[in-house]
Amino acid sequence: MIINFFNLSFKYKIPLWGSLLIILTTFSISLVLIYRSYNILENTLLNSAQNLGFTIAQTLAPTLLHDDIWRAFEIVKAPFHNIPSNHSGALESVFVLSIEHQILVSSQPKKLPMLSPVNQFFPELDKKLNQVHNQIITIIEPSSSKQLFVVIPVIDNNKQLATLVLNYSQESLNKPFFQSVISTLIICFIVLLILLPINWYWGQHMALPLVQLAKKMDSIPSFLPKKDEIDHYNYDDELGHLFDAYYRMLDSLHEKELLEQGIIKSERLAVVGRLTASIAHEINNPLAGMLTALDTLKQRGNLDDRTLHTLGLLERGLLQVRDTVAALLVEARHQKRNLSKQDVDDIKNLIKPMANKANLRLEININVPPTLPVPAGSIRQILMNLINNAIQSANTNGLISYSVIFDNNHLIIDVINSGSCISAEQMHHLFEPFVSYHEGGHGLGLWVTYQLVNQMEGKIEVESSDNQVRFTVTIPINSSSNER
Amino acid sequence: MKVLPNRNRRRIVQALSVVPLLSLPFSASTGENSFRFGMTPAFLHNQHALLEDWRLYMIRHLGLKVDFTQRDSYRETMDLIRLKQLDFAWLCDYPYLHLKDLVRLLAVPVYQGQSYYHSYFIVHKNNTQVDSILALKDKLFAYADPYSNSGYLVPRFEIHQAGYNPDNFFKKTFFTWSHKKVIESVASQLSQGGAVDSFVWDTLSKVSPSLTDQTRIMWKSPGYGFPPIVAQINNVNEQDFILMQSMLLDMSESREGQRLLTRLNLDGFSIQKTDLYDSVSNMMKVLGVFVST
Repeated sequence: MIINFFNLSFKYKIPLWGSLLIILTTFSISLVLIYRSYNILENTLLNSAQNLGFTIAQTLAPTLLHDDIWRAFEIVKAPFHNIPSNHSGALESVFVLSIEHQILVSSQPKKLPMLSPVNQFFPELDKKLNQVHNQIITIIEPSSSKQLFVVIPVIDNNKQLATLVLNYSQESLNKPFFQSVISTLIICFIVLLILLPINWYWGQHMALPLVQLAKKMDSIPSFLPKKDEIDHYNYDDELGHLFDAYYRMLDSLHEKELLEQGIIKSERLAVVGRLTASIAHEINNPLAGMLTALDTLKQRGNLDDRTLHTLGLLERGLLQVRDTVAALLVEARHQKRNLSKQDVDDIKNLIKPMANKANLRLEININVPPTLPVPAGSIRQILMNLINNAIQSANTNGLISYSVIFDNNHLIIDVINSGSCISAEQMHHLFEPFVSYHEGGHGLGLWVTYQLVNQMEGKIEVESSDNQVRFTVTIPINSSSNER
Repeated sequence: MKVLPNRNRRRIVQALSVVPLLSLPFSASTGENSFRFGMTPAFLHNQHALLEDWRLYMIRHLGLKVDFTQRDSYRETMDLIRLKQLDFAWLCDYPYLHLKDLVRLLAVPVYQGQSYYHSYFIVHKNNTQVDSILALKDKLFAYADPYSNSGYLVPRFEIHQAGYNPDNFFKKTFFTWSHKKVIESVASQLSQGGAVDSFVWDTLSKVSPSLTDQTRIMWKSPGYGFPPIVAQINNVNEQDFILMQSMLLDMSESREGQRLLTRLNLDGFSIQKTDLYDSVSNMMKVLGVFVST
């Protein structure tokens, strides 16, 4: 049970602990208040009883000396004047006892008639009266009775004339106490009624970021959440530090994932590259033989038309095979000419009519030195491929923007088109050969681009967001390239 | 009786109404321009508003300042008469007989058409069995005042007549110093019985019946002369005597006087001979109480 409680979510545990504390605090304060009110009530009663008793006793002395029963009666009745009998408070009766414990006069003659012995009505009082010192005010609280007696001697010239007794009922004494208990409890209940919902709201609110964080972290091995999936926690407390750590962890996990994906992809593409290269080489050797044989046969002459026609068919087919194989065999290293600014400008001139034809806006930013030690053919092909691709992907009346910039020993080619984005599935196979997403494309453009970039030890990145696809090629340029 | 014109009368009232605050209650002089009137528990002497209205009435009709002196026991009023510090007083018949040589019978109130009143012996309303004072032997009994006829002399006379000693007939007796308080004593059951002036009981049963309803009249005495209004013979000359007497006798003839009499629960005042009080005097003789001669 207790373990179950400790296993509860903070969402419940914080408000529950808070509620428990509030309830405990409220009840302890109430208990203290109740205890205090009992003490105050008791002291007030005893003080007022003593004052009242003393005053009555003083006034009574002359009447007792003169045996003026009526005056004595009026005096003992005085505390009950103008008070309805059912609201006289805790004071039930006042009576005067003779030295022999006979009632001389009482405020309730019907109940406590004159000259009757007091043990007839209050036997416990009668017993205790023998034990008390006669000269001082005494409080007698018989354990067996529900009465409380304040006993005051009536003294004249150091001689005790009689004993004045104020009789309080415990029950009516308790009544104001119980009333104060009830009012305290009602206040306590109202306080709880206000504080508990506030506490519950506050507790849940406090726990919410922690709960969200825990939930997201729980899912991490199987699913990597995005950064904005939970509300940001804005404060710099321990929880804030935890959030910062979480974000750092997410960042590095995302980076790691990207890295892993990149490695897998480049490895796959490298394997495909090696495979296609070796296949191309294997095909190229017999192909060259076959083309030479065909050429020799054609030069011999004496061939009828039909055979010539067939030979033509064969030759064209073999040439197509050679072109295709040549396209697969991307070789940047054998190109000797370095890139000049004119090469980049040529591309601009080639592109413009195509963009106009497709009703596209064109934005170009070129910032390169007159020459750069990179193979001109490869860069030209990369640019052409990417821009061609962009023109085909852009929507009608869309925008094509490309930039070629030399910056910090890197040539950066940036091609942006306003087209529909590339799906995750498409992205996965983007640079593989014979994968085309346009009608009529042979699916080798991006493959070739990738191979060229790879061979120049550069990198190619693709970003696809809302209505915008961006290819960024970064090629390092160093002095060693110059020598190649 | 001399009646002042209305405007003058009001001026005098205004002038005099502040005087009682300044005047000394015990002036030794006869007071040519003022009368000192003693009130006793013979009637509801604690109805202050009524007494004040009556006093103002007297001032207007006598053209003189009148001070009322109230004392809680007959004894105190009797002492004031002896000391000549009162000019007039409303006494019970028993004190009147005691002071016979010092006072002169001025007027006797008329109550229910008669100059008589009675002594009522009362018990608590729940006590339905008792019909004689003898049944209250060894009980607690409340007397009004040791100088009261109806509230002291009559019950003691009745006990004496029955052959008991009134001094130890009851278990305990006490004085309440007022007839009204005798009724309160019986109503609250402080005492089991009490003797009370019939005029007070009857008046109270009209004014505050909730008190008298708590009691039951178990015996009614024969009629005695109504507590009289007397004049101190040394202090009051013939002229003042007649002035006061005629003012009282005339009360029933004016509307204002009538209203006051109604509030006093009286019909008016009459002139009576002293033998009206002979029956009380006889009781005093029987009980061996000293009667001044």
